[in-house]
Amino acid sequence: MTAGVVPYGRKTQRAPAVAEVHVLWITAGLSCDGDSVSITAATQPSLEDVILGAIPGLPKVHLHHPVLAYETGADFLRAFDRAAKGELGPFLLVVEGSIPNEKFKTEGYWAAFGTDLATGQPITTCEWIDKLAPLAWGVVAIGTCATYGGIPAMEGNPTGCMGLPDYLGWKWTSTAGLPIVCVPGCPVQPDNFMEVLLYLLYQAAGLAPPIPLDAALRPTWLFTQTVHEGCDRGGYYEQADFAQEYGSRRCIVKLGCWGPVVHCNVAKRGWMNGIGGCPNVGGVCIGCTMPGFPDKFMPFMDEPPGAKMSSAAVLMYGRTVRALRNFTKSSLDIEPQWRKPGDEIHTGYSPGDWRATRRS
Amino acid sequence: MTTEKPRQIVDMSWDPITRIVGSLGIHTKIDFANRQVIECKSTSSIFRGFSVFMKGKDPRDAHFITSRICGICGDNHATTAVYAQNMAFGVKPPHMAEWIVNLGEAAEYMFDHNLFQDNLVGVDFCEQMVKETNPTVLAKAESTLARGADVHGYRTIADIMRALNPFSGVFYREALQMSRLTREMFCLMEGRHVHPSTLYPGGVGTAPTVQLFTDYLVRLMKYVEFMKRVVPLHDDLFDFFLDALPGYDQVGRRRTLLGCWGSFQNPETCDFRYEHMSAWGRDMFVTPGIVVDGELITTDLVEINLGMRILLGSSFYDDWNEGEMFVPKDPLGNAIDRRHPWNQTTSPRPQKRDFGGKYTWVMSPRWLDKRTGDHLALDTGGGPLARLWATALAARVDVGYVKATGHSVKIYLPKTALLPETEFEWKIPKYSNTIERDRARTYFQAYAAAVAMHFVERALATLHAGETKTWTEFKVPSEAIGCGFHEAVRGVLSHHVVIRDGKIANYHPYPPTPWNASPRDSLGTPGPYEDAVQNTPIFEENGPDNFKGIDIMRTVRSFDPCLPCGVHMFLGDGREINVTHSPTFGARGK
Repeated sequence: MTAGVVPYGRKTQRAPAVAEVHVLWITAGLSCDGDSVSITAATQPSLEDVILGAIPGLPKVHLHHPVLAYETGADFLRAFDRAAKGELGPFLLVVEGSIPNEKFKTEGYWAAFGTDLATGQPITTCEWIDKLAPLAWGVVAIGTCATYGGIPAMEGNPTGCMGLPDYLGWKWTSTAGLPIVCVPGCPVQPDNFMEVLLYLLYQAAGLAPPIPLDAALRPTWLFTQTVHEGCDRGGYYEQADFAQEYGSRRCIVKLGCWGPVVHCNVAKRGWMNGIGGCPNVGGVCIGCTMPGFPDKFMPFMDEPPGAKMSSAAVLMYGRTVRALRNFTKSSLDIEPQWRKPGDEIHTGYSPGDWRATRRS
Repeated sequence: MTTEKPRQIVDMSWDPITRIVGSLGIHTKIDFANRQVIECKSTSSIFRGFSVFMKGKDPRDAHFITSRICGICGDNHATTAVYAQNMAFGVKPPHMAEWIVNLGEAAEYMFDHNLFQDNLVGVDFCEQMVKETNPTVLAKAESTLARGADVHGYRTIADIMRALNPFSGVFYREALQMSRLTREMFCLMEGRHVHPSTLYPGGVGTAPTVQLFTDYLVRLMKYVEFMKRVVPLHDDLFDFFLDALPGYDQVGRRRTLLGCWGSFQNPETCDFRYEHMSAWGRDMFVTPGIVVDGELITTDLVEINLGMRILLGSSFYDDWNEGEMFVPKDPLGNAIDRRHPWNQTTSPRPQKRDFGGKYTWVMSPRWLDKRTGDHLALDTGGGPLARLWATALAARVDVGYVKATGHSVKIYLPKTALLPETEFEWKIPKYSNTIERDRARTYFQAYAAAVAMHFVERALATLHAGETKTWTEFKVPSEAIGCGFHEAVRGVLSHHVVIRDGKIANYHPYPPTPWNASPRDSLGTPGPYEDAVQNTPIFEENGPDNFKGIDIMRTVRSFDPCLPCGVHMFLGDGREINVTHSPTFGARGK
């Protein structure tokens, strides 16, 4: 028998390397909870696919998520308390929201979650991360706030907030040797995140090698391509056919789109089930998956400085190609002349000898 | 009260409150002898500082930035910001753009109410929860036949409750899937959920095509059929609670003080000029209005605007008594108060939480009733209750699929694949309470679907007439002011902007949750969650040692809270109880 071929009828769902994994989800960074809402839209896989065990090979997943939990208050926090004491078993820590700097002020808090029963004061999000991250099997930052700081971290902000890799360190690794996994997007594209979660669960189950990440800690299969490389308006760019106003179906790079230099698959993948997106449906790419977001992309409605040069460079080639294609197109828009009614046939049909076939 | 027993007061709080968006804590004193909540304080434990970091930014960026305020109704913010930008820039979008925005926002209501009602609120009414809090009620539900069984398919009320169990429940999963279909509708119009990509001041980037509107319409009709089953399902469930637990209409009841800022612009009349706002505001497809004790006291957005006051008292901010008066008068010459959002300066002051002093990041928006001089703590009824109430009383909306009668709102849903044409009528209820906030949500889902039928027809007619332009050019003035009024899914939403030197000099968004979740203000008036919970009788069968606070949770969630919240539990004399329910989640019912 060939190595690696499984005999028919063998029980294919071998037990995962770990039977159960807890997912502890903290939404109490500075965030809008938009990533949590986003993942409820995912279908590839859906939340219920993962929770109900609809996908083979997965460990049993216990999700502790404030937006979806059955429990509330202290009942809900119990899993977090047990995890902090090392009593919960293997867990994945998902952090949503920007991490504030709680150190430059004398008292109070920017972000908190639950109450410290000893002091009656809120437990800060930073305290939770400090307690939980060192014990986690893996740590995932979901959305651009948690990955790189995002909107609350823009210039002039009063909270000094930052992304999780800034807070824990870019070289930080988990107990299992896993770097922080960053899935950016404002919000995260629903299936992008669920796909990464699934990958990590497979990895935890011993069914996948360590997740491949780029220098910004993004999964490579999702974030290597640029928006432009997957955009269905790229053809307009090639032909130097640029929209002058919003609502046009042409390339919108001159209206503020940063797609050519942004790592993101949304223009290709769409937002949900292939529907929606950004430049592909008329929305300028504002670079929301990038560490430089938002400041380096503002003002969002101005043409990116680089686009001025590159769109000028493509002008001569694009116009020439467009003119040639228009010429070809117009000839292709005309049917061959033998398609007409009448007493004769003009197709060149010649029974018997294929060599004799000639168009009349 | 004839037979009041000696009070047995227990401090109880819950932190965090789950199944909402954002951070909220509820801190109560409960009299277990008389089964009533006697005091409630609500806290929010997160500050993000939008009004601070938006200063000095390009005003065209406002809608991109403020969308990120909210992760479930961010598009409502983006839309409101665009309304304020349109006013400040003096630009009127083409009609097609407004129909596209209306279709997107209608899909948002359909999606968001659906997800919140049936996947988050619904869990408070599911079999598993009722078994833990009110076993006798569950027993009764098992033997109570559902009136709408032939339409929705659930024989008894307990069957409905089982269908609502998280993840294992059939209706729970169906609703979750339906929330995806409606989000696809949203993405067709606004690009991405929840932070839209295609909205701009002056219009939209969405290209209007036959395909666009057909893709929307076929999905809409599936939702219309779904709602024909969901309205009777929820009526059965909510009526059952009112029947099974006499007095349940007092749970979460507060004085009727409802605000609605109106939704869905009418492009025929809306020119976004402040000078004409009273007129075009009244032409919105959800009528703005303030309802006090059952009386509609205004439908005028200018009057609504002038009455806004932002009070402090229990919030972690410095006062702005000495701050700059950015807007002394509105464009009509009316004086603008120092405590109005146009003149507000936000200065955060982090500090220890003190329930006798300052205890939250939420401020206290109030509306000054000139008739009485009262600073009213308006609530939104979770959004739908105020929208339907104001629209019903105003009797202005009449678009074929929806008609406001003066005492009700009629909703007509045409024939769909398997169900015949259906009419629902939402009637003004006796009280502003927990059950009616929840019931209104279901009816408003049907309203949004019905009014979207109208928008699709208008958009297609515009397309057929060849009017495909979706954007109007504009210039950013160096000095300007603007305001936008809209209904976020969970209620009133306003944005106020001041532009100086072509940059944002001041920007203050007021979403529904500051209205609803506000703390005691400087005049001592509690916020709506606080006073709704404060009057609540307790029907839960558990005592203090295994108390889940379900009637309180239902009340808080009936407002559709949208902030990061918290709830903790303490027992008597500051003694805390440790609750030992196991922290499982998901398909735990099965």
